[in-house]
Amino acid sequence: MKTVEEIKAAIEAAVPGAGVEFVSNPSASAQHSLRIAPQSAVAVAKFLRDDADLAFDFLSNVTGVDWPDKEIAEKVKVMRWVTKTVDGPDGQKVDQPVEETVEETRKRIESGCLEVVYHLYSVGKKHGPLVLRMRTVNRTDQVDLPSLTPVWRSAELQEREVFDLYGVVFGGHPDLRRLLMWDGFKDHPMRRDYVEPDDFEYEPTPHDEVLKRAQERENREQRTEGPRDRGLAAG
Amino acid sequence: MAVDQNLKIELGKQGIFVTTIEELYNWGRRSSVWPMQFGLACCAIEMIATTMARYDLARFGAEVFRPSPRQADLMIVSGTVTKKMAPQVVRLYNQMAEPRYVIAMGACAISGGPFKQGYNVLKGIDRYIPVDVHIPGCPPRPEALIQAFMTLQKKIDGQPLTGEGRPRHLDAEAQGEFPVPEQGEHDLEPTSNKGVWPVPITIR
Repeated sequence: MKTVEEIKAAIEAAVPGAGVEFVSNPSASAQHSLRIAPQSAVAVAKFLRDDADLAFDFLSNVTGVDWPDKEIAEKVKVMRWVTKTVDGPDGQKVDQPVEETVEETRKRIESGCLEVVYHLYSVGKKHGPLVLRMRTVNRTDQVDLPSLTPVWRSAELQEREVFDLYGVVFGGHPDLRRLLMWDGFKDHPMRRDYVEPDDFEYEPTPHDEVLKRAQERENREQRTEGPRDRGLAAG
Repeated sequence: MAVDQNLKIELGKQGIFVTTIEELYNWGRRSSVWPMQFGLACCAIEMIATTMARYDLARFGAEVFRPSPRQADLMIVSGTVTKKMAPQVVRLYNQMAEPRYVIAMGACAISGGPFKQGYNVLKGIDRYIPVDVHIPGCPPRPEALIQAFMTLQKKIDGQPLTGEGRPRHLDAEAQGEFPVPEQGEHDLEPTSNKGVWPVPITIR
């Protein structure tokens, strides 16, 4: 199989303006991947499938990744004019503006996104996997990505699953409905900020996170219902 | 009214069989408990194994699994009940004719099992319908299901036909229909049937 860099070059030669980006994997597996631009994704996918050398005829896996909004604190060096008292030429104290370098901590919020990952193999050429990624603009309102189901039929159910659990809306998908949860369900359970329903009785000896949730629940119940008889089941 | 056991044996030696209506009635009921034919997950495979020649559930009078809730007496909740499936399970239970019994088979059916802290699995079918026998295990062996079945038979045998503790079909006041939960925007609504499953209080 061609290396990922070679595949990237082949895509760029075949699909003008493809917007392919190389994503290196520094770990021992060195499984590098390609991030493709959503607007040219279908053209790139068709090329990967139909090219005689590459012939990626089998889409094995589609999954999602949630990148939440990240708060980044950076230290920035800023030049500032500061008034300082210095010794004047004639022995007097004189206020003089001096330029000074100050370190400031600036916080900015890097908006997150949803990513979809495709794993491609070639059954005919016996090579693979090639990892493709696509990113949405953000996690809230611009979550559209083109569906690759017209290119590889096996993406149909898996894209439905990504739609269900992550909330990525696949344009061009023939039957985009929830797969695992019911139709009226509003949340996307695999997102990092999902809060699961508080519907289990906690362990008798909770600790850490579970203890915190158990206490929160107890406080809430006491506020709404008043103290109950301990040890007796509520009717 | 129970017949004195010694007297019964003595009379039996003389060729006289003495019984009560209650005993006869319950003997008939417990000897032909027909389970409903439905399985939810891997526990169902063990349930199928239990009915096959090696374990042979037919010895206990449960040889026919009925594909219709109208003809079934016993619901074996065999496997993970997801929140998507839970309303259908409750609806099937509502469609069964009295007398009806429920065996919750396996860790998932009794409590949610390994998926208890997840978002999509019901944490025990006993939140919505009354369960007669719980069997732990993941999945329980066929012997455990047979044990549960025998426990249920003992329970049926011990039910008086009148007074306190009589089966629901002889009790005009008894609750017949159990509310089917709705699939809400975030969870099932309500999250449990308070009349069947009182929310337990953790004691610390």
